[in-house]
Amino acid sequence: MLMNHLRNCGKFSTLVFADHSSGKLSKSTLKILNAAKLLNQQISLLVASNDASSVVDQIKSSIPSNVVHQVLVAQHDSFKAPQADLLGNLVKQLIDQHGFTNFVTSTSTIAKDFLPRVAVKYAAQPITDVIAINNDVFLRPVYAGNAIAQVKSNDKVKFISFRPTNFEEIQQTGDKVSNIVQVKVENTKQLIEHVSDELVQSDKPELTTAKFIVSGGRALGSKENFKILDELANALGNTAIGASRAAVDAGYAANDQQVGQTGKVVAPELYIAVGISGAIQHLAGMKDSKVIVAINKDQEAPIVSVADYTIVDDLFKVVPELTKKIKEIKQ
Amino acid sequence: MKVLVAVKRVVDSGIKVRVKPDGIDLQGVKMTINPFCEIAVEEAVRLKEKKLIAEIVAVTIGPKQGAESLRHALALGADKAIHVTTEARIDQAVQPLDVANILAKLVERDNYNLVLMGKQSIDDDFNQTGQMLAGLLDWPQATFASNIQITDGIAQVIREIDGGLQTVKFKLPGVITCDLRLNQPRFASVPNIMKAKSKPLETIPLDKLGKLHNSIQITKTEAPAIRKGGAIVENVDVLIQKLRNEAKLF
Repeated sequence: MLMNHLRNCGKFSTLVFADHSSGKLSKSTLKILNAAKLLNQQISLLVASNDASSVVDQIKSSIPSNVVHQVLVAQHDSFKAPQADLLGNLVKQLIDQHGFTNFVTSTSTIAKDFLPRVAVKYAAQPITDVIAINNDVFLRPVYAGNAIAQVKSNDKVKFISFRPTNFEEIQQTGDKVSNIVQVKVENTKQLIEHVSDELVQSDKPELTTAKFIVSGGRALGSKENFKILDELANALGNTAIGASRAAVDAGYAANDQQVGQTGKVVAPELYIAVGISGAIQHLAGMKDSKVIVAINKDQEAPIVSVADYTIVDDLFKVVPELTKKIKEIKQ
Repeated sequence: MKVLVAVKRVVDSGIKVRVKPDGIDLQGVKMTINPFCEIAVEEAVRLKEKKLIAEIVAVTIGPKQGAESLRHALALGADKAIHVTTEARIDQAVQPLDVANILAKLVERDNYNLVLMGKQSIDDDFNQTGQMLAGLLDWPQATFASNIQITDGIAQVIREIDGGLQTVKFKLPGVITCDLRLNQPRFASVPNIMKAKSKPLETIPLDKLGKLHNSIQITKTEAPAIRKGGAIVENVDVLIQKLRNEAKLF
């Protein structure tokens, strides 16, 4: 007890959970590091993986040492498809050992799954989906983004998730982090067994990190018709395909393509909403995009009021023409 | 097997909320059962119809009007209900940490084998309570469920994760939080709505089970910045020109 107390005394520091998949460090990690910097504390970065080497290599070549003080590497077979029980145990172990006062993640589904589970061990109330910090006040959207709550916390250990789309990536200049520390995973008692993953194979970038997004609504009419968005995305380059909830429910697009408060929250440089009327919960997921274009037959659709530019016309006429003309520019 | 289903009463998702500095204006606003909670109730009823569970108990925390959401759950097919009463605002002062603690007390009291709930409520949008309850009880959990199979005390759950779907399994007891595509809740029939009125409903004041932590304080609530849109462009050529010259995109 006394040792723990001495070790923690007067020391405030932040542990950031690194998102990665298939051996690639996620861009969201570079963004939430920028958010974590606003907490003004020394930052440690945690990599939990069954094979951490390539992620650690990417960190060593991209993340400056003035941003991340040390990288904690927890390598364990069960982190191949990590579940909330073991990730929670690991983070609890590290907080107890190092006395971290903030634990920070992105809003990835992995983080959403385990962050509250570990917070409760410290009787802490997590502050999730944070979009900005003003001194000690956290801003987070509530009511599907129709209101922004300003939140303060008294918790001794704060558990915070940041929306990556609201933060820029860290500058990658200067000396890179070289302090790599291997962590021995202590509690490996598993409650949840991973059976399988069924991931959507796609040549497109992820919605939350893509430069551009083309999104389709129910007006597309069928899964086949969604392909015209594919062609537009290919012409633009670095473009992800999104969908409204109605389009996902109709089976035109996959579940994880849904943009909205209960799906993915995105903020690309350009968001093209094709045949999407713009339900409140959809707008909540994309209204922070830098430029919004709507292609819609109905000039009265709610999407028009948030779109910078709207073409009021038949999408089946506009989208192919736009694709063709963007291809011409890009040549 | 006994299932506890947590439900919350929230502002109807179709309502455009009025934002005031001390929170959303709830005066005279249409309230309904949180859509994700309704999916959790429906799933419990389906499990009971398959004879995989024997009893469904619905629970809510909140002011007296919260009983409406319990009656809704009873009309859909829950057997009994528990109303933990408080006058505190359930979209601000009653936080996931509080709800998880209260639910844990009820689980210990009544020995449930499974807790079903929505993945998040559409007021505070936290998406935490199920995970926190599982952490408190040291139970396995499956969040964002889009399919639930229960065989011989083992739950196999398909979860919606970034990039696709994931299947996990665990031995019950456990906590499962429900995503949108798990099921399509049924409409309560008039006879079932009538029947719900005579089903048992236990009322417990919140302070009998614990006190609110208030570990985070909402100091102010504001409307988000309004985006100025609305410009109509005549055709694709004008759009491309605007994107290049004004937005400087390509």
